[in-house]
Amino acid sequence: MTPPGAGAPSAAGVPPAAGTGAAAGAGPGPLERALRARRDAGRKLLVPYVTAGAVDDWVQVVRAVAAAGADAVEVGLPFSDPMIDGPTIQQASLTALRRGTTPQAALAELAGADVGVPLVVMTYYNLVFRAGERRFARTLADSGVAGAIVPDLPLEESAGWREEAGAAGVDTVLLVAPSTPDERARRICEACRGFVYGVGLMGVTGERSELAGTARQVARRLRAVTDLPVCVGVGVTTARQAAEICEDADGVVVGSALVRRLLDGGGPDAAAALVAGFRSAID
Amino acid sequence: MSDASGHGPGSGAAPPGAGRRAGVAVMGEPDARGRFGRFGGRYVPESLVPACAELEAAFRAAWADPAFHAELQGILTSYGGRPTPVTECRRLSAELGVRVLLKREDLAHTGSHKINNVVGQALLARRMGKSRLVAETGAGQHGVATATAAALFGMDCTVYMGEVDVERQALNVFRMELLGAEVRPVASGSRTLKDAVNEALRDWVATVGHTHYCLGSVMGPHPYPWMVRELQRVVGDEAREQCRQLLGGDPDVVVACVGGGSNAAGTFAGFADTSAELVGVEAAGGAAVRRGVPGVLHGMASLLLQDEAGQILEAQSISAGLDYPGIGPEHAHLADVGRARYDTAADDEVLAAFTLLARTEGIICAFESAHAVAWLVREAGRSVPSGSTVLVTLSGRGDKDVAQARELLR
Repeated sequence: MTPPGAGAPSAAGVPPAAGTGAAAGAGPGPLERALRARRDAGRKLLVPYVTAGAVDDWVQVVRAVAAAGADAVEVGLPFSDPMIDGPTIQQASLTALRRGTTPQAALAELAGADVGVPLVVMTYYNLVFRAGERRFARTLADSGVAGAIVPDLPLEESAGWREEAGAAGVDTVLLVAPSTPDERARRICEACRGFVYGVGLMGVTGERSELAGTARQVARRLRAVTDLPVCVGVGVTTARQAAEICEDADGVVVGSALVRRLLDGGGPDAAAALVAGFRSAID
Repeated sequence: MSDASGHGPGSGAAPPGAGRRAGVAVMGEPDARGRFGRFGGRYVPESLVPACAELEAAFRAAWADPAFHAELQGILTSYGGRPTPVTECRRLSAELGVRVLLKREDLAHTGSHKINNVVGQALLARRMGKSRLVAETGAGQHGVATATAAALFGMDCTVYMGEVDVERQALNVFRMELLGAEVRPVASGSRTLKDAVNEALRDWVATVGHTHYCLGSVMGPHPYPWMVRELQRVVGDEAREQCRQLLGGDPDVVVACVGGGSNAAGTFAGFADTSAELVGVEAAGGAAVRRGVPGVLHGMASLLLQDEAGQILEAQSISAGLDYPGIGPEHAHLADVGRARYDTAADDEVLAAFTLLARTEGIICAFESAHAVAWLVREAGRSVPSGSTVLVTLSGRGDKDVAQARELLR
């Protein structure tokens, strides 16, 4: 099996990632190439998040948000103990698990989805570990997934996974928090592929009426240490907040605001409308 | 399990040089990444990595500081009631045909060994300039202990407790409130200890600037498993000296109950380099060593009850304190290298042992502690030969369980 993009030369104009250690030797994969190309063309990046299995037609939701202007779609594989997630995504995860969602089934559904933009899977490390790092990375690649976010796998624990993901052609997106010192942020960015995920606030995922001051701060700090696309997520609730963050960031990740609409019964159309609103606000 | 990468806990065998019996260098410091063999580590969101590093640095500095030890020991003596006695059980010994000694953590202030850990962590929190403690609790013993330390040091305190446990340990909820703590019931997941840990971690991510997470067992991300074991080793260090005075040597067997495993880790630490056999007793419904497989939860790689996809399963036990689908990583390692063995006790055996100890020795112990007693009742004359000398750590007193026992025994 050859993962999409594996072994392909880097897109023209993409600077080599600095200081790549042996454990993270793989160059940028299709996710990073796609996002860099769009960013370099002057476009702000919009990455909506959908919990796999939270609603019956979740794959249609993924397609709908892609068509409504997403540059990549983050798909959450539900875990029983989502410790960095707030009430909305906890509920979506629990609902998905009660509906019998498994990582294998969700990825199989995605494999045939033909979404049109890169897919990024977000899940907790135990699911990766249980499957085996290599097998999980290959399953992602075989399902057409271009990137992975594993929020409870910090830099020091992630070398083995990054190596397997890189070998399979999957970019590992790492997170930088408001509490991360600059020197550490620099090392994280060196190991990171795809885009770097700036955590907008100290706290769990979920909607916030006010934009945290840390959201733009973390974007500015990341801009100073990396050339990777910088997307900020956690606490990004409204289109206006997204536009504000995009004054400093390359893009935003929108999770709970979208998932709540799905849990409230809004289908693919409601999801698409929300994403279209974000799109026009950041353009 | 994990393929070839050599980074996950599923890879590799016991470290070279780790033997199976006494005299082996176990229960020392974990490696630089906080690992005991293939278990442990620091699997936390990036937001918490700096806080874990800060805590590790603070603990290392404090643990090397005689002034810290002096203050800790002073509080544990004048306030905590240490040293706790070792009680020779004449009637129970006669009943079982083995010589039974109890390490009486039930006599420590707040009624369990938990006070040893929380006083140490509260002192550390103060050194780090933190003004608030957050904790998880199952049975409520660690919550009560944390609320106590917070009152003693003038700190704010929030305790997360699963709704199921709030129900079955209502008196401990009131105790915590009486001590000035806020108890927040947790309605997510299985609504027990596992979910209380999730919620405490979520709180800590948002409040880490002024809050210390006072974790109650030898679990969680590095440095907690190591730090909590060191704060609890006073149990084993005292017991070893007391046994030598009473017996002129070490006991043949040392037994303690294991949920996360802090009283067992503290006890074992005092005997790791002796010839005593070390036995940890889990709840039959939460037997992570026997039924668990390697995985990652709550910041650590350890043995966990989980399904094929890696979803965590719910433990089931009469005792809220052992109702946890995992085990501290160092215990998983001790099982790996064979230095300790882990067995289980079923709810009915536990209830019988709880009653037996009350009637033969006049001691009403916690349901958690009754697991260790129940194991000995079952194994005396079997895997524990008649005439053996056995030290059992009685981790806590049973006041909190009396109402539930009354229902169950009716």
